[in-house]
Amino acid sequence: MPAHDVLIIGAGLAGQRAALAAAQAGASVAIMSKVHPVRSHSVAAAGGINAAISVDDDWHSHAYDTVKGSDFLGDQDAIEVMCSEAPGEVMHLEHMGVTFHRNEKGELDLRAFGGASMKRTAYVADITGQALLHVLYEQLMKHHESVERYEEWFTTSLIRAENGDCCGVVAREVRSGRMEAFTAKNVILACGGAGQAYKPTTNGLIVTGDGIAMAYRAGAPLMDMEMVQYHPTTLLGSGILITEGARGEGAHLLNAEGERFMEKSAPNKMELASRDVVSRAEQIEIDEGRGVGPDGQGILLDVTVVPRRRTLEALREIVNLGKDFAGVDITREPITIRPGQHYIMGGVKTDIDGRTPIEGLYAAGEVACVSVHGGNRLGANSLLDTLIFGRRSGEHAAARAAVMPMPQADVAAARHRDERELEEIISRPREGRRVSEIKNELGELMNSNVAVFRDEAGLQAARETIERLRTEARAAWIDDRGTVFNQDVLGAVELGYMIDCAETTVVSAIERKESRGAQYRTDFPERNDEEWLKHIDVSMNGTGPQVSYSPVTITQWPPEERRY
Amino acid sequence: MATSTDRPPEEFTLRVRRYNPESGSAPYWDEHTVELEPHRSVLEAILQARDRFDGSIGIRCSCRQAICGSCGVRVNGEPALACHTHLDAAKTSSSDGVIVVEPMGNMPVIKDLIVDMDAVHWKKIERVTPWLIAKEPVPEREYLVSHDAMVDVTQTMACIQCGACVSDCLSMEVDPGFIGPAALAKAYRFVGDPRDAAQFDRLNDLAQDPDGIFDCTHCFKCVEACPKDVNPMGQIMRLRRIATADHHIVDRNNGERHEAAFTTLVRDYGLNFEAELLSRSYGGNSWFGKFKPAAAKELLSSVPVIVRGLLTGKFNPKLALLGHKISKRDLDGVRAIYDKVEGRPERLELNLYVTGSDEDQTPSHANGAARADARAADASGVEPAQAASAASVADADPDASAHQDSGVEAGDGALADEEARAPAGEEETSG
Repeated sequence: MPAHDVLIIGAGLAGQRAALAAAQAGASVAIMSKVHPVRSHSVAAAGGINAAISVDDDWHSHAYDTVKGSDFLGDQDAIEVMCSEAPGEVMHLEHMGVTFHRNEKGELDLRAFGGASMKRTAYVADITGQALLHVLYEQLMKHHESVERYEEWFTTSLIRAENGDCCGVVAREVRSGRMEAFTAKNVILACGGAGQAYKPTTNGLIVTGDGIAMAYRAGAPLMDMEMVQYHPTTLLGSGILITEGARGEGAHLLNAEGERFMEKSAPNKMELASRDVVSRAEQIEIDEGRGVGPDGQGILLDVTVVPRRRTLEALREIVNLGKDFAGVDITREPITIRPGQHYIMGGVKTDIDGRTPIEGLYAAGEVACVSVHGGNRLGANSLLDTLIFGRRSGEHAAARAAVMPMPQADVAAARHRDERELEEIISRPREGRRVSEIKNELGELMNSNVAVFRDEAGLQAARETIERLRTEARAAWIDDRGTVFNQDVLGAVELGYMIDCAETTVVSAIERKESRGAQYRTDFPERNDEEWLKHIDVSMNGTGPQVSYSPVTITQWPPEERRY
Repeated sequence: MATSTDRPPEEFTLRVRRYNPESGSAPYWDEHTVELEPHRSVLEAILQARDRFDGSIGIRCSCRQAICGSCGVRVNGEPALACHTHLDAAKTSSSDGVIVVEPMGNMPVIKDLIVDMDAVHWKKIERVTPWLIAKEPVPEREYLVSHDAMVDVTQTMACIQCGACVSDCLSMEVDPGFIGPAALAKAYRFVGDPRDAAQFDRLNDLAQDPDGIFDCTHCFKCVEACPKDVNPMGQIMRLRRIATADHHIVDRNNGERHEAAFTTLVRDYGLNFEAELLSRSYGGNSWFGKFKPAAAKELLSSVPVIVRGLLTGKFNPKLALLGHKISKRDLDGVRAIYDKVEGRPERLELNLYVTGSDEDQTPSHANGAARADARAADASGVEPAQAASAASVADADPDASAHQDSGVEAGDGALADEEARAPAGEEETSG
């Protein structure tokens, strides 16, 4: 039976960075992912990574922008860690081989990004996530002797020992269908967000909240789950992401009347206000009848104001996306976009070393909530988050592993339980609903009731519907009866993960009776620091979610009114 | 604004190659009809078929936007990303209106559209020492390198490891050992990186390997297959040029000598001189080459190939033996090209990854015009995307528009580039 000091679930940026850090610290490390590591959704991050590396910049400024972007819900100790360590991390990645684009002096070039008080986003054209992910994978190939890779292994649950510590996982090898229990001194969850609980979403089909749900089921608290980011520029039809880098390079947002409507809500930063602000402004234009497109559900993004050569070089990917997925040459004409689900600020609650309240269980990246993003994440802070807290989790877990014996838990029982569960799904009679139908209904529900604007009635209705969907999902059937690459049965397990994520999101959104960051309650339109300057935590209590609160850490930036 | 996304849903029929390793039966075809807008992708059609009719259809997929590289398949026999192929285009290119989807080639099939990339693609990637060997000393801050160098290697960094080029590599089909287009493009990502300390060692390794850079037959399949314009063959040719022209690596595969012989023959005779090529490649780059034992040996061992070539009419024996005759004016023209190229202080490498310039930027008022055109086109029933792009091409500078869009055009450009500059080891007739 495989046993490792540090077992990492998920091989995107956070997971791969954690693996490299833990291996460098001398631990025996394995990294497990349900897809090949370079397919991880970090690959789709386009615009760049923030770090105060310019000589006239200062990490305090980056930290303040992040705190303000979070609508003061971010924990400032964690934000200080992230922003102060950012320059070193970016240089480390550069030395590893990331092909960051340069200025005329040969130094890293920096581009403007939303909510930032100066240019501090390092980038590789508009494929920064891909470049980072592939370079980290180069390092995993280089260090193949010290990092074991379980590629295309799907994790079904976390295992807790008798003393409550996390001591391993159960997983299914996708290719063979074989179930295996893995013992580990430490498990680091690094398996991303839960965007597929929404439809449409910019997130890939694999982003199904696996880590969040597994941690929740194992008893770990989730935090800030109500904070769901809608990205201001996603393609109207398909929901595909158009990078914020486009606005960073100078692109405008226009309504049907050709107005740059951002001057109404963010006269200083205009299109580069924080994402929650821009998405809300767009939604107001659409709701008030100034949208474009067949149903008036779109807004125009005008990239033609950016010099063409610059667009072709620095925004190449979205030039192609426009052409391939909307039939528009963005260097010649505006493209129709709308706000779309993109990121979840919430996740498994951790400290600044990625530790969850369960000993031996860590989380880093989108799956985690440190909380550095609070109510709203700034663009180009997510790549940074994955790398900083991925590394810190890896280092801390390796240090913990060095001073403890391998757990002697009975992991086989957990394996048998999960095996039976999957067999039960595979053998279900073909009655009731298909898994795919329930998934679609869930996504559409979340996108209509738990989106940019929310209210009590819509949220309560969502909660009731989710309860029904959960019941239906327990009996939902699939087609594939095989073992080799049975993606169908994994889809059924993923649906269960997404339902947990959706439910905790709705419960938290109902709880927070104010408007802050990405949570805008039309029935409580003001931010209310007196009552709600606190995190909402959700834990599994027997069968249902249990809400509690935890304080926001404030070090040097007291809450103030947010203007852009 | 009207775009092709406004068109109503239509019916599309897919014919999917199915294979279930557990059934004990042979692969078979499965047909499903779905309803989607024509600009939607083949992947979306497969997903709809999976959601509605048969959840057991196996395909790797995630991002739906051509960046994760999961959904490499063959559509109507050509390698492609399923998410990057429009249904209307796929229907048009099909033989009978039914869109045929199969697993990629050159890799074993695991199930349905899922192939074993570890067994082929990733093994080859690992072959090229796929990580930066950083120059010492490592600076405290970033390495100071030029913007152009980083944009240049970004072309190969943009490879999403989808395997489309590997799927249809003709060299690999014949010689499964060939390192192949994706891995060699990956190699250029380090060879072209000014921060890498091992340029010579990497090139020497890949030049000496019989399955290395001289194993490519220059067929352009990978250039056409690549959904990200990585231009793998172009990268292989650049590896050859740097290996031979900059490092003077003389390899045991005779790649460098073959290239030198070819270049000399074209300069001297204006066209290739087949009878001389082999002997010069192996016996030394002069008329006397054919008298060297190595050349004789190679000629002798090539007799079956020569006979086969004669029988199949691949070459004309008279022209091959006596050489092609071209006019003095044309010969002078060829030599003028050589003089110009060799007279440059530095070799010019065209990077067609980033094309276009500020000069051909559409003036802002033209945007309105383009939109108006699109609207007019919409009203008149003309396909609006075409009308819009026709409008934009009309005001683009012709040079830029010629280089845009398809990998095929980029490839043609690269060929023209090479022919004009350094005819590097074309046709591997010796193999």
